Amino acid sequence: MATAKTIIEKIWEQHIVHQEAGKPDLLYIDLHLIHEVTSPQAFEGLRLNNRKVRRPDLTYATMDHNVPTKNREEIRDAISRKQMETLRRNCKENHISLADMFHPDQGIVHVIGPELGLTQPGKTIVCGDSHTSTHGAFGALAFGIGTSEVEHVLATQTIWQEKPKTLNVHVEGDLGPGVTAKDLILAIIAKFGVRFGTGYVIEYTGEAIRNLSMEGRMTVCNMSIEAGARAGLISPDEKTVDYLRGKVHVPEGEAFNEQAQQWLALATDEGAVYDHYVNIRGDEVEPQVTWGTNPSMCVPVNGSTPSLEETDYPEDVERALQYMGLSEKQPISSIHIDHVFIGSCTNSRLSDLQKAAFVVKGRKVHPEVRAIVVPGSFSTKLQAEKLGIDKIFQEAGFEWRDAGCSMCLAMNDDVVPPGGRCASTSNRNFEGRQGNGARTHLVSPEMAAIAAIEGRFVDVRNYASTKVSS
Amino acid sequence: MEAIQRHRGVVYPLNRTNVDTDQIIPKQFLKRIERTGFGQYLFYHWRFDDDGELRKNFNLNDKRYEDASIVVAGENFGCGSSREHAPWALLDFGFRVIIAPSFADIFYNNALKNGIIVIQVKEELVNQWLKKAERGELILDVDLEKQQIMDRGMVYPFQIPEYHKQKLINGWDDIALTLQHEEKIARYEKSMQ
Ligand code: SF4
Repeated sequence: MATAKTIIEKIWEQHIVHQEAGKPDLLYIDLHLIHEVTSPQAFEGLRLNNRKVRRPDLTYATMDHNVPTKNREEIRDAISRKQMETLRRNCKENHISLADMFHPDQGIVHVIGPELGLTQPGKTIVCGDSHTSTHGAFGALAFGIGTSEVEHVLATQTIWQEKPKTLNVHVEGDLGPGVTAKDLILAIIAKFGVRFGTGYVIEYTGEAIRNLSMEGRMTVCNMSIEAGARAGLISPDEKTVDYLRGKVHVPEGEAFNEQAQQWLALATDEGAVYDHYVNIRGDEVEPQVTWGTNPSMCVPVNGSTPSLEETDYPEDVERALQYMGLSEKQPISSIHIDHVFIGSCTNSRLSDLQKAAFVVKGRKVHPEVRAIVVPGSFSTKLQAEKLGIDKIFQEAGFEWRDAGCSMCLAMNDDVVPPGGRCASTSNRNFEGRQGNGARTHLVSPEMAAIAAIEGRFVDVRNYASTKVSS
Repeated sequence: MEAIQRHRGVVYPLNRTNVDTDQIIPKQFLKRIERTGFGQYLFYHWRFDDDGELRKNFNLNDKRYEDASIVVAGENFGCGSSREHAPWALLDFGFRVIIAPSFADIFYNNALKNGIIVIQVKEELVNQWLKKAERGELILDVDLEKQQIMDRGMVYPFQIPEYHKQKLINGWDDIALTLQHEEKIARYEKSMQ
């Protein structure tokens, strides 16, 4: 009998172009996604060396990081405008498909890839963006690369990669009511730290993972990089196949069924061995809120910030508390926020917006809070509007914007002011991430929605029951 | 990229762990379409206050480190965003070597691709050098060929994958190297049709 393999090994072996002792492997890349911020220097490099894009047909571009989420017609920042024009020109010259700012397929690169069916099981996918791990939800080997590597992939459609070690994160038991994929991945990072995935590709397994929707799985894989892992993935199953059926870039009819069989065969074999294994109980995960300046600085909503005496890293904790304007042992429920951001490649898909809207319906945003919703893609926005979700948010006092990265990294005008405090559904709470001096608390869409109404953090599980009884 | 075999320089001690690329170069400076000119924005919000004045309490602003070309820092250096603007900024500011107990994967690759020597050494050694460089001047001599760091009379060996070492020493163009395998790439593509 052939030896049992993980999906990671199967995909790896299928993509080796060249192998040589003492060197990384040369891997073929099936899909290269690009955006305006990390690509201009790569195209410039090609031009200087007189090189061409090898496979424009396997390359797909969009604009997301820098685009305005309102009044798109007019980009006031000349440098931003130039960056977008540069992408437009580079795509045109090299015959690369581009979902430009007004294109119906425009959106955050990690939201549109799956929506269009470009993301598929078994593919090797790269993008000059660390959250490329998102696409792993489909059983693809997807990882972020730097601009030099973008240039390399454009020129050769390959990349040199050291064979990664494999890490199994197993989640036993199912998540409780009100507990989301976001809470799960935050709890995993809180438990194991921001470095535990370094040098590994993670495969997530277990009951809670199987029970997640494809959108939930994307949320989990998205934040693999916050655990240090370049890639995180989930073996494909019927849910994966159902999601992809009918998408623009997948085959139709019988050809699809054949393809689906191949996809399902990629799943990790029974008895396959990983280099490392950790587990966590899904049924013990509670709604999470980060209190510090990296995603592992995170506690359940009913908890408090750490005590300086009890932590192993008093200097880091003290620095983080100081930046965040919090004191030690402060209850999370006592933290008042003034901004809410629902969006980003972690949590801006239709089900995220639906769940947040469910909480918001019939209520009003707290008078001291400014709240915005930024759908992950133009198509998500349209679907949400068909369902009347935009109205629910707007009637409550949220702003309803166009698709883009927006306040996740605050490269456009969507910025949290210095000292401002934001409940955010994004993935990074680094210093200054949402604006210079801004303080970020990472939460699920439901928790962000409640924070918008209450002006502070409240346990979604109690909130849901009040809602039913009121 | 520029070849680098050996580098001797003053150490700048950055005694922080998990230094992420958002701190190394904040997003408002990622709009440029060139590879150059990022040094002025390195560690921007740590170096400058809200009025654009130098912060006295951030040690990179200390005159002592004006000529520093080696960074010694805490664990997990370069985590977060994949932005290659981070090594561009470090290089442009004058840093050629970074020493830490561990690095984030994407940053590690990005730095090597730009001719920065990234060296992983034990945490105790990093702590020792951090202290020395904070107290007085510390000069290290990094010999990539021999894979060793000299601190006065002491010699500390380090590991670096041979493949990366050869590329740094020779300043090779990655793409040119890969294109030597063009035939194999074409064959792979054919087999996939
Ligand atoms: S939404 Fe945020 S994390 Fe995702 S790609 Fe955009 S900037 Fe990066």
